[in-house]
Amino acid sequence: MQEKKSYLSEVFLFVVVAAFAAVPLLRPSSYQIMLASHILVWGLFAVAFNMLWGVTGMLSFGQALYFGLGGYGVGLMMKHLGEVWFLPGMITGLIAAAILAVLIGLLIIRVSGVFFTVLTLAFGQLAWQICFRWYHFTGGDDGIQNLIPPGILGNRIVYYYFTLALVAVSIWLLLRLSQSPMGVLLRCVRQNPNRVPFLGLSVRYSQLRIYVISSLFSALAGSLAAGVDNSIHTDMLYWTTSGEVILMSVLGGIGQFFGPFIGAAAIIVIQDVVGAKTEYWPLIIGLVMMVMVLVFPRGVVGEAQALRLWLKSSRRSDGG
Amino acid sequence: MDLSFILVQLVSGLTMATLLFLVASGLTLIFGVGNVFNFAHGSFYMLGAYFAFQAVATLQTNFWVALLIAALGAGLLGMCAEFLFLRRIYGRTEEGGFQILLTYSFILVIDDIVKIIWGTEYKSLLRPAGLRGSVELGSITLPTYNVMIIVIGLAVVLLAWLILSRTRPGRIARATALDREMLSAMGVNVPLTMTLVFGIATALGGFAGALAAPLRSVTPGAGIEVIIDSLIVVVIGGMGNFWGAWLGALILGEVMAFAVAIVPEWASVVSYVVMVLTLIFKPEGLFAPRQTRTV
Repeated sequence: MQEKKSYLSEVFLFVVVAAFAAVPLLRPSSYQIMLASHILVWGLFAVAFNMLWGVTGMLSFGQALYFGLGGYGVGLMMKHLGEVWFLPGMITGLIAAAILAVLIGLLIIRVSGVFFTVLTLAFGQLAWQICFRWYHFTGGDDGIQNLIPPGILGNRIVYYYFTLALVAVSIWLLLRLSQSPMGVLLRCVRQNPNRVPFLGLSVRYSQLRIYVISSLFSALAGSLAAGVDNSIHTDMLYWTTSGEVILMSVLGGIGQFFGPFIGAAAIIVIQDVVGAKTEYWPLIIGLVMMVMVLVFPRGVVGEAQALRLWLKSSRRSDGG
Repeated sequence: MDLSFILVQLVSGLTMATLLFLVASGLTLIFGVGNVFNFAHGSFYMLGAYFAFQAVATLQTNFWVALLIAALGAGLLGMCAEFLFLRRIYGRTEEGGFQILLTYSFILVIDDIVKIIWGTEYKSLLRPAGLRGSVELGSITLPTYNVMIIVIGLAVVLLAWLILSRTRPGRIARATALDREMLSAMGVNVPLTMTLVFGIATALGGFAGALAAPLRSVTPGAGIEVIIDSLIVVVIGGMGNFWGAWLGALILGEVMAFAVAIVPEWASVVSYVVMVLTLIFKPEGLFAPRQTRTV
């Protein structure tokens, strides 16, 4: 049963990657390429976030910090050192994210539940404040524009495949992680943290590890986003970015590995269709969030699965 | 830095602390009594400011009536929010996360509704007549309005403490925090208590918003800044701890007042530094005992 399930997940991942790989063959406009890239980048961000919340039960309201850090790693390097520093900037952003995640993680895993959420929010806002105020270094509210990746990556299609490859490998790694013994341990941490020490394992160490891993992949998503949009802005660090990735996960379903990815795709498509027509986009996402929390807390994928199980069992009871 | 500068900053910090306390006390009250974390508490603060503004603009009432209308309006809306939405998720597994998400959706919805009704431009409220001048205390002059805020804040602290510790409703509220099942077995309507406590807490938030409106102009999005400041207060003081919130507000208010005067650019960063320091040395908050939680 367990083996069959993991096999299915990998097939699903392969199909999704193949579908995204086929997108440029349809001769899309550069806008459509950007839309597909956004789905990939935010999909990775949401899946990484869900390792923290859906799997380990740590609701962070501050993952925008790492998403933004990834973006600013690229942006600041290119702004201050020149545009060939795109790839080193990505790597710097990742290293910075890892170091910061360890430092902040050590502080905030000491509290749990609502306090954890509040602290992640506060640290996220602290980073945003610093970025916003430090005008001559970060560009403040103006952000940084004209971040064209150097060399062959400057080509839109090449950059699209570069994004796809990194996102696919990252999601595959996270999938492996979630199916590994460590993934099982992380679920134990969520479901019954009191029993984990009985097994001789540490709750805090597990939480710190997944916090750092999730933050690292969030930073990767952020650095890829800088190349997709060719710009970065302080909004990447703002708390609404953390809120948006949470909404994506809730919409898709936090109980399933691919739920957040599907949620991300749905939000980006809805934003493209509806967001262009209204200035009240927050009102819409607020209402969507409210409905999901009150009526469909398992998310689209989770509710679909529950429905399928229910149909199956009712059919069986009809037959018998 | 001479003495009068320090004194002026101290009093301005005290004003800030009082406003912070009025907001944070509502937040900490709901958490302490109902174990509900109201992320949208700052939005009720913002609504209070808008209600007061509207009351003065359309009803031509005086400032004090507007203050009352603001508190009542925010309280009623808070009770509706609890009764219609929050009540539905009590007791769900991993309730804490869903509480945050639900109240987060309130923030987004309230913010946009405020934008639809009042627009995005700054609104300002005049100080009440008679409080526009300043008082002289020895060598320093202080705005009368700020002094009045401090006095009102102290009155509210005392009143809340008296109600919580000396009256029957206060005892019921404290009992709700400890054992809801036992309380309902003794014939207390616990869901009604929860709704009322939520209403009182949001009314406190709205009251603080209206009181602060003459000092800071009112804009949509004000709710976010306020909630983060009051979160820092409760982190410092210990969540669910009434006196902790007061001391937390005092510390943060004073630190911010001096930061604004000395390093104005980085004042908002300084408040986070206080929080980080607290976390490093006492993650449960300065005034929270390790296991027990008091209201």
